[in-house]
Amino acid sequence: MHETHEVRIHGRGGQGAVLACSILAQALIDDGKYAVAIPSFGFERRGAPVAAFLRFDSEPIRAMTNVYLPDCVICIDATVPRTVDIFSGMKLGGTVVLTTKEKLEEVKFPDSVSCAGLCDAVGIALSIYRKPVTNAVMLGAFARTTELVTLAALKEAFQQIDLRDAGLTENLSAVERGYNETEVHDLKKVAHAAAVA
Amino acid sequence: MTAVTDTSRSASNKPSFVVCEGNEAAAIGVGLARPDVVAVYPITPQSSLVEHLSQMIADGRLQADLMNVEGEHAVMCGLQGVALAGGRTFTATCGPGLAFMFEPYVRTPGLRLPMVASLVTRDLLTPQCVWGGQQDAMVVREAGWIQMYCETVQEILDSTVMAYKIAEHRDVMLPINVCHDGNYLSFGVTRVEVPDQQDVDEFLGPPNTNWHIALDPLRPMGVDPLTGGAGGAGPRNFVRYRKGQVRGMQNALRVIREVHAAWGERFGRYHAPLVEEYRLDDADYALVTIGSMTGAAKDAIDIARDKGEAVGLIKIKTFRPFPLEAMVAALAKVKRIGVVDRSVSFGWNCGPLYQDTLGAIYHTGRAIPAISFIGGLAGADITVEHFARAIALTREAEWGRISSEPVWLNEND
Repeated sequence: MHETHEVRIHGRGGQGAVLACSILAQALIDDGKYAVAIPSFGFERRGAPVAAFLRFDSEPIRAMTNVYLPDCVICIDATVPRTVDIFSGMKLGGTVVLTTKEKLEEVKFPDSVSCAGLCDAVGIALSIYRKPVTNAVMLGAFARTTELVTLAALKEAFQQIDLRDAGLTENLSAVERGYNETEVHDLKKVAHAAAVA
Repeated sequence: MTAVTDTSRSASNKPSFVVCEGNEAAAIGVGLARPDVVAVYPITPQSSLVEHLSQMIADGRLQADLMNVEGEHAVMCGLQGVALAGGRTFTATCGPGLAFMFEPYVRTPGLRLPMVASLVTRDLLTPQCVWGGQQDAMVVREAGWIQMYCETVQEILDSTVMAYKIAEHRDVMLPINVCHDGNYLSFGVTRVEVPDQQDVDEFLGPPNTNWHIALDPLRPMGVDPLTGGAGGAGPRNFVRYRKGQVRGMQNALRVIREVHAAWGERFGRYHAPLVEEYRLDDADYALVTIGSMTGAAKDAIDIARDKGEAVGLIKIKTFRPFPLEAMVAALAKVKRIGVVDRSVSFGWNCGPLYQDTLGAIYHTGRAIPAISFIGGLAGADITVEHFARAIALTREAEWGRISSEPVWLNEND
């Protein structure tokens, strides 16, 4: 029985959330899956909250619609959760991948979330690009947290696209550091430990 | 199914695969058709199509002249000159750009110029909006252009190539709009199969753009003569022009079927040419859809089927000329109909596709109760849940109980 996996990426205009979504689609397709990426859209203002949607499956995907009930939310900007409910519609047992410098206990999660990947993507991006462009780092963080796409496929996808702003080497390094420097937490275990304590 | 992949295809060379958005798929299709001149003025949500084409020409991947012009009116005037001189052309526009193009646009079919132009459909102003919707294409549905609406990114690429073979057919010689939904399809990214150039060259054959009308100094001829009026040969001359144009449109129905069949045989993807029937044969009732909304609609049909509902779907691919015969054959199979439009008919208080479906129902000889649904305006989404609602309401459609008002699917979103 196949099941469509739905992902929503939150960010701000200029950080590359939409591009990240299509790179992830490319990587998933290279991994042998069917995938469709659809950006939400507006006047493309830098800094305005944006979202992008991704579906993938072992079977062909027909729906060309936005994602409302995500299995996974990736948030590539540390401040956008203040203005956007990034957990909206999240399925029970969902996964989030966040860019944050905070520790696990400092982040509030709704009950629907059972797995969280935390990555200081802004810090990593600043050290690589000298700009807080977090999309490539967060794709690495997604791969590490969910294991739904391989790091190799992500790197291969970066080699297939036309990069506008940063070079390939920088991006590959960003993906790899995102992958290596993400802490993955099973929130059910954390909650259970807290309850026992 | 939309695209049944058949491994027995006769294409001799292997296709390649790319992951791209709908606008890029259109650009790839244009490149494979090798136009002589491309003129495009950017406008949301078509702009990235222009960018891809410009890049292809700059990189030398597409050997075409890119004509930089000051606006859409000049685009169409310039391309008319190219087509009159025997060149293969391409342009793409939408919404306000199409509105600005209107004057030369409506003359193109009468000139019998086999142009191909993408409409990356967008809702019309006002109020201000930059998002998808099919209102622009519906406004020009009586302009004399052929209109095909794509469901998938792959279908955009395939239909863009096929459009040249349809437009240039001797029995047609009319311009085509290949329509794809702004946003959901123009920016939707997925895997597409790119046929081999040599196979496409063989499929299309030599351009057939210049046999009936040509600006040739050695063969001077009058183009676009003054005719009509109430005296002399005017009336009968004008009728001859108009009837020829209308006949070309009707011929297109046959040619579109033939070209889609030939595409399927060569490349293994059989897109429904006029009307697609989905789970219709044993259906009591059905939805009628158009464009990229159809994918989610099919998912909703499957869900309803799993619950025991005898519901099917009729998708319009070719809207102009209206595929009357195919539509009547599909409608004859069901007892109730719900039509989902992504635009409105201001004159009829319903969707334009609904209005045309009522026209087709007349030809079935039966009175089939039908409901008009309007959704997806100005970038709004039509989800599986919206379609589930449309299915539930259509199931209950009965004479005497149908509202004269359309159901606005996004009214409470």
